[in-house]
Amino acid sequence: MIRILAFLPLAVALIFGGFFLWGLDPERDPSSIPSVLISNPAPEFALDAVAGLATPALSRADLLGNPTPVVVNVFASWCVPCRAEHAVLSGLVQRDGVRLFGINYKDKPEDAVKWLNKLGNPYERIGSDLSGRAGIEWGISGVPETFIVAGDGTVIYRYVGPIVGDKAVTKFRQALVQAAVIKEAN
Amino acid sequence: MRYLLFIFALMLPLAAQAVEPDEILQDPVLEARARVVSKELRCVVCQNQDIDSSNAGVARDLRLLVRERLVAGDTNAQVVAYIQARYGDFVLLSPPFKPETYVLWLAPPALALFAFAIGVSVLRRSRRKNPRAPLSAAEETEIDLILATVEKGDAP
Repeated sequence: MIRILAFLPLAVALIFGGFFLWGLDPERDPSSIPSVLISNPAPEFALDAVAGLATPALSRADLLGNPTPVVVNVFASWCVPCRAEHAVLSGLVQRDGVRLFGINYKDKPEDAVKWLNKLGNPYERIGSDLSGRAGIEWGISGVPETFIVAGDGTVIYRYVGPIVGDKAVTKFRQALVQAAVIKEAN
Repeated sequence: MRYLLFIFALMLPLAAQAVEPDEILQDPVLEARARVVSKELRCVVCQNQDIDSSNAGVARDLRLLVRERLVAGDTNAQVVAYIQARYGDFVLLSPPFKPETYVLWLAPPALALFAFAIGVSVLRRSRRKNPRAPLSAAEETEIDLILATVEKGDAP
C-alpha cells in the first residue's frame, strides 16, 4: 500500500503536466466558441437583395438542393479584414469554381454596392441583413464568418474570422476538400 | 476637501451601463425581467461579460432580441432557450449540469472531500503515533519526590 502511495506524486505530476501541455498548445484557441450549427440544418432566414445591386436575394431555400456544398460568407464593407478576405474568396470562385453566397451584415446598401463595384462581386446571391437578425440566427459573433453548407442544407463547417494568410487558407481549403467541393492540392 | 470629494464623485462611473435608453421597455416589469435574463447571457464578442453590460454590437442585438421575445410573451427560460439554440451552451454564464460538464461541476466538491479525507487521516495518524500512556508507579513516586523538594525551596 505504501509503495503504491509512493507513485502518487508522479501520477499527480503527470495529470497536471498533461493539463498544462494541453493548455499551452498554441493551436488551441481558448476563445473559440463551438458552433451549435455544425451537422445541423441551416437556420431559417430570408433576406432581401442589397438595394441597387443586380445580385439576387438570399434565403434558406437557396441553400437547399444544391448538387455540391456551397459557401456562405458573412461580410460587410465596413469590416477591414473582409477586404483582405475578398481576394481569397474571389480566387476560390474563379479558379476552383466554388459557389459563394453572401450575407451583407449590417451594411448600408450604398456602401456595399460601392465596395463590390470596386473589388468585384464573387457572390452568386447576396442577402442584406440590415438588422443583424439573420446573423444571430447563424450564431455569428462578428464578421467575417464563413460556412460550408451541404446540398441538403446541413451546415458542415464554420470558419470564424478572415480566411487570410497561408495557414487559414490551407485550413479552409482542407475543409472544402473534405466537403468534396474542390479536389485535393493545387 | 469638499470640492475634491465632489470632483471624485463626478469621476465615478454612475453604474457602468451598456443598456441604451432606446432599448429600455415601457413596461418596468418586463424591463426588469429583461435585465435578469441579460445578466445570464454571455456576450460572444467580449467573452467574460454578460450582454447586459457589454457595448458590443452583437450584445446590443441580443438585448433587443431578449426584449422582443419577452414582449412576445415568452418566459425567461424560453428566452434563454431561444438564444441557447443559436449560440450553444457557451452563451450561458452558468453552465448546465449534464454529462459533458460533470467534471466541471463535480471536481471542486470531489477535491474538497479528498482534501478533507487526507486531513482527517493525517490528524488521526499523528494522534495514534503520540499515545499518552499513563505514568508508571515508579515515575509517579519520582515526580512526587521532585515536587516535594521544589516546594521546600532547596531545588538544585
